[in-house]
Order: sequence, then C-alpha cells, then structure tokens
Amino acid sequence: MSSQNPVLEELTSQEYQHGFVTDIASDSFPPGLDEGVIRKLSAIKGEPEWLLEWRLKAYRHWLTMKEPTWAMVHYPAIDYQKIVYYSAPKTQKDGPKSLADVDPELLATYEKLGVPLEERAILAGVAVDAVFDSVSVATTFREKLSEMGVIFCSFSEAVKSHPELVRKYLGSVVPQGDNFFAALNSAVFSDGSFCYIPKGVTCPMELSTYFRINQANTGQFERTLIIAAEGATVSYLEGCTAPKRDTNQLHAAVVELVALDDAKIKYSTVQNWYPGDREGKGGIYNFVTKRGKCAGKRSRISWTQVETGSAITWKYPSCVLLGDDSVGEFYSVALANSFQQADTGTKMIHIGKNTRSTIVSKGISAGHGQNTYRGQVWIQKGAEGARNHSQCDSLLLGAHCGAHTFPDIQVKNSTAQLEHEASTSKIGEDQLFYCRQRGLSNEDAVSMIVNGFARRVLKELPMEFAVEAQKLLGVSLEGSVG
Amino acid sequence: MNGERGTSEKKEMTMLQIENLHARIQDDGTEILKGIDLTIRAGEVHAIMGPNGSGKSTLAHVLSGRDGYEVTAGRVLYQGKDLLAMAPEIRAREGVFLSFQYPVEIPGVANTYFLRMSLNAVRKHRGLPEIDAMDFMELIEGKAKLLEMEDALMARSVNEGFSGGEKKRNEIFQMAVLDPKLAILDETDSGLDIDALRVVATGINALRSPERAMLVITHYQRLLNYIEPDVVHVLADGRIVKTGDRTLAHLLEEKGYGWIEAEGAAAGTTAAVAKG
Repeated sequence: MSSQNPVLEELTSQEYQHGFVTDIASDSFPPGLDEGVIRKLSAIKGEPEWLLEWRLKAYRHWLTMKEPTWAMVHYPAIDYQKIVYYSAPKTQKDGPKSLADVDPELLATYEKLGVPLEERAILAGVAVDAVFDSVSVATTFREKLSEMGVIFCSFSEAVKSHPELVRKYLGSVVPQGDNFFAALNSAVFSDGSFCYIPKGVTCPMELSTYFRINQANTGQFERTLIIAAEGATVSYLEGCTAPKRDTNQLHAAVVELVALDDAKIKYSTVQNWYPGDREGKGGIYNFVTKRGKCAGKRSRISWTQVETGSAITWKYPSCVLLGDDSVGEFYSVALANSFQQADTGTKMIHIGKNTRSTIVSKGISAGHGQNTYRGQVWIQKGAEGARNHSQCDSLLLGAHCGAHTFPDIQVKNSTAQLEHEASTSKIGEDQLFYCRQRGLSNEDAVSMIVNGFARRVLKELPMEFAVEAQKLLGVSLEGSVG
Repeated sequence: MNGERGTSEKKEMTMLQIENLHARIQDDGTEILKGIDLTIRAGEVHAIMGPNGSGKSTLAHVLSGRDGYEVTAGRVLYQGKDLLAMAPEIRAREGVFLSFQYPVEIPGVANTYFLRMSLNAVRKHRGLPEIDAMDFMELIEGKAKLLEMEDALMARSVNEGFSGGEKKRNEIFQMAVLDPKLAILDETDSGLDIDALRVVATGINALRSPERAMLVITHYQRLLNYIEPDVVHVLADGRIVKTGDRTLAHLLEEKGYGWIEAEGAAAGTTAAVAKG
C-alpha cells in the first residue's frame, strides 16, 4: 500500500496558530552570561542575599557541568553567550499589581491566545498566572484564593512576601546541581509561579500558569514551586506558546512539587511551544526538569502532559515516592511531527513502603518526527510492597518517522510487583478507508483515530482543557497516513 | 419483510450502471476485473457469487473507492453521476455504503461517537442540520434493537474485541442508521454462525425498500436463503459469466463453480446467458 497521501502533505503544513509577535517595548539584558548578569538580575528583583548566593552556587556548579548527550535528540551546539537572560515589558517593571494596571497590549495578547486575564464569571473556575518572557505580568483571583489561605502569586513576589516558605522548599526536590539545565535554571531563573495550599484546604479552583515567550533571542527560565500541606488538594495546569521564528529559542524550566501527608497534587501541561517549520527551521528547545516529592504518607502526585509543540522536548516529570503508601502517576501524550524530536518519559523512585505508581505513555510520530519514551522505575531496598504498572504505546503515521522506547527498571526489594506493557502500531490504510467509507474526511479520520489512541491520557485532564487538547492534537497532525 | 421487488419494472430509476469495467492492482499491474457490465435499479437486490479470486471483493473495493486499484477502462454511473470520480467519503455521503468483509477496529473511539460523526458527515452533505447526542440516541434506539446491539456494545470502541458476529451486526446497524441508497455487502455471511446470520439477515431484509438497491457479494448460497435476491450473477475470472434468478444460486450450490467454468469453456462465451 502506498504511504503517501496528498491530503497528508497539505494538512501537516497546518499553520501554527499562536505564532504572532506582540509589539511591546522591553527592557532586556544584552546577550551573555557571567556572574555579573546574575548579580544584576538578582538586584533588579530586589532579592535577599541568600538567594543571590544560591544562584551563584548553582552557576559555579553549572560551569563544571557538560550538556547531557544521552537523549535521542540532535541539535547544533547551543551558544549560551548568545542568549538574552532577561527581558521584561517596560510597563511591567515593578511587577504585577492589580489587573487594572496591566498593559492593555499584554491583556490583548493573552486574549488572543485564548487566556483572558479578566476575572470573568465564565472563567471563574480557573486562576491564571501569566508569565511573559522573563516576568509574571498578572495573576488573577488572588484575593478570592487568599480568603482560603491559598497563596498563588509570581515567584518573585513569593520571595518577598513568603521568604521562609521559598527558602525551605526551593531546591528541595530538584537540587541546584541536579542536571545541566536545572543548574542553569537555578542560576538565572527570572520568575515563575508559586503556590501554597495550607493544611486541609481543597483549592476551590484550577490554578494555572500561562507561559509566553515573545522577545527574540531570549531564553525563558522560569521556576514553579507548588506545596500542598497536610491533607491539601490542588489541580494545576500550565500552557505555553511562542512566536514563529527562524531561530531556535531555549526554554529551560524547573518545576518542583511537594506533597505532605495525605496531600494531592495534580499537575497538567498542555505544551504548544512553536515547533519550527516544516523543514525543521526554528522552534523552541524545551529542556525542562519537573519533579514531585511525595514527602508525606498517603500523598499523591499526578502528572498529565500533552506535548505537541517545541522543536526539541527533553523532559521527564518524575515522582519521588518517599512517604509510605504514596502514589505517583504519569500520563503522557507526546507528538512529534515534521522534524520535531521528543524525548520524554518519567522516573518513579519508590522509597516508602507500599508505594504505587502508574505510567501511561502515548507517543505519536508523523512526518520526520522522532518520539522517544524514556522511563525509569526504581524500587529501593526499603520499598516493601511497591507496585508499578507501565504502559507505553507508540503510533506511527507515515514512513519517515520513528518511535523509540527505553525503559529502565531496577528492583532492590523482592516484594515489589511490576508490569510493563508496550505496543507499536501504525495508522492503517484500513482504518482510514473504513472511516472515509462512513463519510468522514481524511483529516477528521486521522484526528479521530489519534484522539482514540490518546484517550486514556486525555481523560485525565481537567474538563476545560481536555477539549482544547483534543483540538490541538487534531490540528497538529491531521491527515497523516501509515 | 422482503419489501418490494423490482426486477421487471424497467421504469425504476437506475441506481448503478457499470459498463465494461476493467481494473488492475496498482502495485503489480495484475488485471482483476476484465470487463464488468451490470445494471442495478432502485429497489433491486442483486447477488454476485463466484469462486475465490474471481474479483468479487475487488469489485466492492473499486466501487467504494479503496486505494490500490487502477481502473483501466469502462465507467460506473451512480444515480447518473460518475462514481469513480468521487473521493471515497463523497461516495459514502452520496449514499454508497460498503459493509466490510473485515470490519476495522478503532481503539479508544466509542462506537456511538463514531457513528454520530459519520451520520453528521452524511447529513451535512445532504444539507441537513447536525444531530446532537440526545437526538442521536433516540434515533438509533429502534435500529439497535433490530440488530440486537446491546448497550455495552454501543459504548465500546469501534469493533475492538467484537466477535465476528458482533462486527457484522455492527456493520448492518451502521447501514440502518446511515440509510444509504446503494448498499454493497461484501461477504457479510463469512464467519457467522447460524444465529448471527439470522440476525444480520433480518436486519438486511428490514432495510430492503423501493428506494434502495443492494449488491450482495457472497461465496456461498447460504446467505441467499435468508436474503432472496432478484438477480444472481456469477463472476469468474473478472467477468460476469452467468446471470439468472435465485434458482441459479441453488444450481451453483448443487453443481459447484466448476460447472460454470466448464460450461463457459464449452460455449466459448463470456456473455451473460440465462435470464429468469
């Protein structure tokens, strides 16, 4: 059967929908990185001495490190001296105040992205922290949340208003020297979101951060820290987009989650950074370290990610299952179309007794895309009665893409039970023809088959975003044929 | 139950007109259809029988627009329009339905969701408004009963883990909902036990109507005990070598396909002969 389909060619050239640039005056550092840049950054943010020292320690460590090469991703060497490490809209110099003070141009940008920052009744279910280049420009519903004791603000603000919490938890899950990109982030992170849910509180609305890269040659290095105290529950979502550019841009974020006894954190990502054009030119390099620590007994951390964007995705949202009876989950859909490369997966580190983890990974490859699942399940000596179930499925669309799976399982306790299932399939001519014979267009058929493939993961997303994610999957690769 | 018969009523609208159809496999150029002539009017049920490799399924595939075949001569008119010029989904929306010999599984897509998408594609093409989930459930209720489609089967992924009988019932159920003008049933009886065959045949018979034409492709005459065709054609080596009424099917059952081939060779003819 032939593997080429004209409809495929036409549809995989779908325009990236968030590729516009906001024309706004910015204050940016010149490109380059040294201790002076870090001191300047820290000074602009009015940071305490301990944080500057923390950054410098990270930077000095980073200088001794080498960029990792074990991932199945190929890209020309990144020149870290050519990156701009700080860029902020001029009007946002003093950080976010009330929504009324936010530059209308920025409000319009987020409106266009489908993330309105007004606290409208219709969006009452979601609070948003909007990060634009290097700074947070607005955080909605803060008052309403603070009534319940929930702290939700930009990272910079948290450093000022809740230094004790930041100091206690910053780097407690992802240490400064954890890996090359985490160390770089620790040295130069410019903003991000901070969230603290106090004891016994169930956060009354979805919290979310929307990341937008706007300025050219600027790297985005944000840091998110979420702490759920004893018995607290929170659902958090992040979204990301960037303009279309011929040059690559670096995004190196760190996310740390801490769940104390009986706390539950659900963290969902819909990642739609600019993926580059059809020839693989441009796009975001997405090197992200995400890790959650189930520090308390019976705590639960659940990662759900839909990765459709970025030229390169390098991320492994992980769970350290320290508390007895704690639970870690990872649900992932990763899509690599055109010349996108995705190397993603998770680590489940079982330390406490009766800890359980679930991994469901769905990789979709189209065009010349390369999709890699990389997962580690480690059962430590003391993890009596630990259990893991992993399922990794790959779907191939077309003859030039690839799917790769690297599971790593290490068991040091004989009472552990682990299961690993894997499958690779192609969207068949048979499936497509069947759908078309029932009247569906080629593109609707592909979208339906892919969404069916990813359903197990998509249903983990909060309702409001599941629909969005489904559409995104459809738009990102409609029309591919196996 | 059997609806109207229209064999002799020449005034009925011509649903499908196949003229001198030649088709070959794209990859290796093997010619499979070597000049098919066939006319089906609205309300008629035609059966095509023939030994393995005679071109029965190829005919179904070419009529429904499956990739992999090349039509080298002849033409096919469907309600007077050039069928071969239409994309497969356009044929479907225009009312051509193929009941698959091997229905395809689509994991993660609920049977009812799939069918509603399908129905809406057809409705949109016909200028009708899309139907919402509530109205859809109402619409399919009676049809589901007819084909003994239990609720559990409707909620499951399309054909995934269905038994052979369940798959074929699902095909005819889809046909009942989509209400096609021309139904091509490709080996619908294959892989069915006697009970499943009865349910499927009951469904098919209920769908016979003066407005609808059916082309029943089968290797065995067994199915034709349940679905009585108006006309029976025998296909051998890419040509229709014999046409008759349903007694022809019985004759075939009795004498086997070898009889046709022997007779064809003796007469040195490829033309249709008997007419009932």
